[in-house]
Amino acid sequence: MGGSPGRMIGIIGSLVLVGVVTVLIYLAFAESFDAVRQPMTTFVPKSDQANLIHGVYQFVFILAAAVFVFIMALTLVFSIMYRERPGQVARQFHGNSRLEVIWTLVPVLIVVAIAVPTYSAMASITKPAPENALKVIAIGHQWWWEFRYPELGITTANELHLPVDRPVSVTLESKDVIHSFWVPALSGKVDNMPGHDNHLWFTPNEARAEPYLGQCAEFCGLSHANMRFRVFVNTTAQFDTWAASNKADRVTPSVALAQAGEQQFVASGCIGCHTVRGQASAAGVIGPDLTHVGSRTTIASGTLDHTPENLRKWLANPPGVKPGSLMPNLNLSPEALDKLVAYLEGLK
Amino acid sequence: MATAIGMTTHTQEETGLWSWLTTVDHKRIGTVYAVAGFLFFLLGGLEALAVRTQLAVPNGVVLDADRYNQFFTMHALTMIFLGVMPMGAGFFNYFIPLQIGARDVAFPRLNALSLWIFLSGGILLNASFFLGGAPNGGWFGYAPLSSIEYAKTSGMNFYVVALLVLGLSSLMASLNFAVTIINMRPPGMSMMRLPVFIWMTLVVTFLLILSLPVLTVALLQLYFDRMWGTAFFSPAAGGDPILWQHLFWIFGHPEVYVLILPSMGIVSEVLPVMARKPLFGYSAIVFAGASIGVLGFGVWAHHMFTTGLGPVPQVVFSASTMAIGVPTGIKIFNWLGTMYGGNIRFVTATYYAVAFIALFTIGGISGVMHASPPVDGQHQDSYFVVAHLHYVLVGGAIMGIFSGIYYWFPKMTGRLLDEKLGMISFWTMFAGLNLTFFPMHFLGLAGMPRRIYTYDADLGWDTWNMVATLGSYTLGIGILLFLVNFVITMRKPADAGNDPWGGATLEWATTSPPPAHNFEVIPEVRDRDPLWYDRDHNIAPAVVPEHNHIHMPPPSYFPLIISLGVLLIAVGALSHLAVTALGVVIVLYGIWGWALEPTD
Repeated sequence: MGGSPGRMIGIIGSLVLVGVVTVLIYLAFAESFDAVRQPMTTFVPKSDQANLIHGVYQFVFILAAAVFVFIMALTLVFSIMYRERPGQVARQFHGNSRLEVIWTLVPVLIVVAIAVPTYSAMASITKPAPENALKVIAIGHQWWWEFRYPELGITTANELHLPVDRPVSVTLESKDVIHSFWVPALSGKVDNMPGHDNHLWFTPNEARAEPYLGQCAEFCGLSHANMRFRVFVNTTAQFDTWAASNKADRVTPSVALAQAGEQQFVASGCIGCHTVRGQASAAGVIGPDLTHVGSRTTIASGTLDHTPENLRKWLANPPGVKPGSLMPNLNLSPEALDKLVAYLEGLK
Repeated sequence: MATAIGMTTHTQEETGLWSWLTTVDHKRIGTVYAVAGFLFFLLGGLEALAVRTQLAVPNGVVLDADRYNQFFTMHALTMIFLGVMPMGAGFFNYFIPLQIGARDVAFPRLNALSLWIFLSGGILLNASFFLGGAPNGGWFGYAPLSSIEYAKTSGMNFYVVALLVLGLSSLMASLNFAVTIINMRPPGMSMMRLPVFIWMTLVVTFLLILSLPVLTVALLQLYFDRMWGTAFFSPAAGGDPILWQHLFWIFGHPEVYVLILPSMGIVSEVLPVMARKPLFGYSAIVFAGASIGVLGFGVWAHHMFTTGLGPVPQVVFSASTMAIGVPTGIKIFNWLGTMYGGNIRFVTATYYAVAFIALFTIGGISGVMHASPPVDGQHQDSYFVVAHLHYVLVGGAIMGIFSGIYYWFPKMTGRLLDEKLGMISFWTMFAGLNLTFFPMHFLGLAGMPRRIYTYDADLGWDTWNMVATLGSYTLGIGILLFLVNFVITMRKPADAGNDPWGGATLEWATTSPPPAHNFEVIPEVRDRDPLWYDRDHNIAPAVVPEHNHIHMPPPSYFPLIISLGVLLIAVGALSHLAVTALGVVIVLYGIWGWALEPTD
């Protein structure tokens, strides 16, 4: 085999090529270690359970890389070594029992090597949630997220607040079609199935100011892409402050424009779908609870940053921002929009 | 009696439109399958390019959400049911009888019927674009998003009815091929002397025969739910959306092997001939293919790891999924073993076959990765899975099909495709598909979900999306270059000869293109590589008898008539039952005429 120097150069060159390609792939791959540039990365775990999974995850990627390098190198080297040339004769044989046994056993060993850490991680992740876990109900709607804290009497939307280092037990429900709850930093995804509750628990282990980003992962119709949400993991003290203020009824509007907005909220029919605790007539349950909407950081299920201008843009034409939005375009006048924005911004 | 129907006189023409519409020749039927499949493949490709163009930059404005959902749904449906499967069926049709030394398939008219029903289904599915909107609920059609409550347009009705029609066609074709392979082998061709391509085809036919009925049941239930208010999948009325997922994937996972096994077969034909040595580990490859077929029925719930199955089913299905990686690995090593020690002629067909090994391996590796449920929790429904499945289906199935096209084109047309242009086209496609699909791994790791029509700029997804889009254009250019090659080659004289590659299997023993009856004398097989055996043992071809009377089945109108009836039944299921009734009458008439049609 081997033979001419040209062929040797080809073989060495192809091995170098496989090496270079592998390094380049690793460099591109390593981008996902950077949670600042890639906030949805699956490679920077921030919960105890995500850490456990991460061990399996890394191991599986290392094995995959080894198999990749081996097969790519072999394919290229054989392509060069056995490319036709004058005087070379193909050797006639039908197989080799010893080799075949070996390459049956090697894949078996590889999958066993994956299976063992997989099942050991699953054993700890799929245990029932601890007794002291904070209970949260995450309900998927077309196309937004409702979050309830049954023990705290809080209902909010699209932004989940959690205390650090305390297990959280999430019950996943759906009001319509299948959705999937996915915050890559905190946990793998679990589906929200209509008619069948699913459960998920994890212990977030890093409090920080920036939210962890989440997004619906199961195709759920027209605005599937716009069904985003945020998880804020805070210190226990910060979380308690947030919980206390969100447990309270709304802030009663004091400015005249906001008071007019309160009237407008009734007149435009917003109360049919939205609850504002403290505003007696506003008890709708189809849309998000707006009691503290003014304190949220995004609008329209994470599609817009929360600014008065964006809120106005959203109210002026909801399906224009989020296609298929159940909230229709009410053809609100500029004055009505001013009033509503003033009112809603005040609901801190 | 028969003449009273008035249509039983066969057309005598051997060229022209009517000769094609009434043909029962497996080679003509295979050609129409292949050409139609390729045209649908181009259409599915255009849909993919539109999707990629929308995703090239954050907050893209090329497609709105509704159109995007229609396009990605139709891209998958078109590629799977109208592109890759029919191109496979084209090869099956053309080469099963030739490779097993038969004159035609077991049921020539049934074969024609499969073809026309497939075309009806394909046209019906695409007609939805002009009749109220194409299906928009994904090719997997998950309940309850596919219910009338959440999918109000008629798109999902077209999905149900067209897939039923296409399933009928596949079922007929599968039964036909299975019977042909088992019953019509020539003297000496035992099962363990079948060409590997034929073996893989046999596995595919059994996969389809066993899995399509499950899909049929699920589709009928969905039809009842949508049209007549039943609630099989509606949780509000006590139905179960998870039931749909089980039924769909019991079909859907074997379907993946339906798409890839033919290409595994093609590569197993091309590599030994080009390396000029026998296939390494024939029985291992055959048994690996068969065990992939068997295990393929036991892995479906790995598509459902995130649905809350619970740990026990997760462990069971994860174990079976890892197990299926073993026979797949065996095949890869056997192909490499076939290259080892060879004197490999690197023509375009070889390049595609070798690329198949490398690229399919990449898809196989990522497949084993998400056999682990915790890993799958991060990969499921992300672009990592999009990368995985496209390495299997484009890097695998499509590369294999192109290898088959370059390998068998001289047999089908008497012409060798241009090598220089073939090489340029290959490298363009190779670069394009890797640029398109490899970055999708990175996007998945960066948390990009599938099936989103838009994304924000600050998520770090923009660079690789742009690269993937440019890659998809490159891939498109590569395929365009193949079309140029096709046109140029068809204008050249048919001078390829009967056996340009020094083939081992029987199709190379006849003329290029073969005569209607394929072989003057049914060949006798003495070895797994019959032509090489005869060459090495100086066995002369059998003498053609002086009065060589060969009876071939006459052309028939009735497959076309029955398929028209089937199309009307389907159209009626989408519009008015009166149309269905008319269709039933036509089908009955067709069966009547079919049964009484004289055989010569």
